[in-house]
Amino acid sequence: MGATVTTANTNENTWGGGNEPMGASYGKLMMWFFIVSDALTFSGFLAAYGFSRFKFIDNWPIADEVFTHFPFLHGVPAPMYYVALMTFILIFSSVTMVLAVDAGHQMKQKKVAFYMLLTIIGGLIFVGSQAWEWKNFIKGEYGAIETKGGSIIQFVDKTGKRVKLEDFAVVLPEEREQHKRSNGVWFADEATLPTYSVAEVQAGFKAHPDLLVRTEKIYRDTKEDKANKALQTGLNKNKHREILNRAESEVMVGNAHLVVEGANLQRNEYGSKLFADFFFFITGFHGFHVFSGVIINIIIYFNVLLGTYEKRRNYEMVEKVGLYWHFVDLVWVFVFTFFYLV
Amino acid sequence: MGHEHVSNTKRIWKVFTFLSFVTIVEVYLGIIKPDFLYLKNFLSMNLLNWIFIILTLVKAYGITWAFMHMEAEKSSLRWAVVATVIFLVLYLLFILLVEADYIYGIFKDSTIKWNF
Repeated sequence: MGATVTTANTNENTWGGGNEPMGASYGKLMMWFFIVSDALTFSGFLAAYGFSRFKFIDNWPIADEVFTHFPFLHGVPAPMYYVALMTFILIFSSVTMVLAVDAGHQMKQKKVAFYMLLTIIGGLIFVGSQAWEWKNFIKGEYGAIETKGGSIIQFVDKTGKRVKLEDFAVVLPEEREQHKRSNGVWFADEATLPTYSVAEVQAGFKAHPDLLVRTEKIYRDTKEDKANKALQTGLNKNKHREILNRAESEVMVGNAHLVVEGANLQRNEYGSKLFADFFFFITGFHGFHVFSGVIINIIIYFNVLLGTYEKRRNYEMVEKVGLYWHFVDLVWVFVFTFFYLV
Repeated sequence: MGHEHVSNTKRIWKVFTFLSFVTIVEVYLGIIKPDFLYLKNFLSMNLLNWIFIILTLVKAYGITWAFMHMEAEKSSLRWAVVATVIFLVLYLLFILLVEADYIYGIFKDSTIKWNF
């Protein structure tokens, strides 16, 4: 809507501020320029993600195995459904935003307010969903072992199905308390201890001869991979993680160094350490954008209710905040593709 | 466009239906991952990923053009925004991805051992 009236004095001469470069008002043009720079920031993050992924293309976690939760469906693997729902929520809130802008062009105050409110609610639901997604990601589901070599190994049964640590680890009569500032030296503490110790997982592995180890490495069905004696025959599938035979698995478990449950910035049970870092950083930065968008929307919403734009006889402010909101949606479309689909 | 009092609600819902449809297709393909797409490569990326990326760009076009009203802006503004981003992003991706692939090769063919 390049023809929308602006609040600037349009009857001033060109050098006096009456000029509108590219036919857009000052505020709108600046919003576009901000969007360009923010788009480049996100591109930088996603390109960095792509860099790390291409660098570790043989051992990058598979998103389908990581994001499998859906509310009220406990234990049912539901890859993609939840994030698809989140995408719909965000696209829908984009629609209500554009409807608010449209109502603003027709100077319908009540309608603008109603659609703005829907947009705010949509944004809040999205941020809440993202928090839930983070919770599941941080908590983890199966648990894994980090070896002395620094790689993550996971456990499967003889059919190749994932096995949780709690399903096979034994409880040994050992006692190890978390070192907190309150119970040890006052100037030092340590992170929360995992549910099982390395020795307990190792003993459990020994007691279950059916268990096998799955490494970070992705099986590619090449001649080299087919000839690899260390792999369990019959279980390895193209583009899935390599499953070792029992003898090799025992060697790996013998190398165990740490029990890893869930994810933090240092390590995660899903595989490559950088994966969790990028997940937290990029979805976090996007979530922060959504959050700020909700705040800005609330401010504009109150201005609409107070009749500020009615008095001004123009709702361009709604249009500007709308541009930002659509941009946030646009970024999510890319995050969705590169984190969950590709 | 350009008339301030014309309502575009019909078009908005049409674009929304289209974006939802594209998302459903993406999610469906992402869940079933058909082998004939997933295991075939084109320019060192599998066909499924190509489809995802193209559909994403289609969605981005829909959002920018219809929701952000880029279609109604002057072409000078359109070029200033879109061309800048596309050029810089392509350049960045080219540099980073080629470099990453090179490092991958170095790791793979060297004596560095990580999977133990």
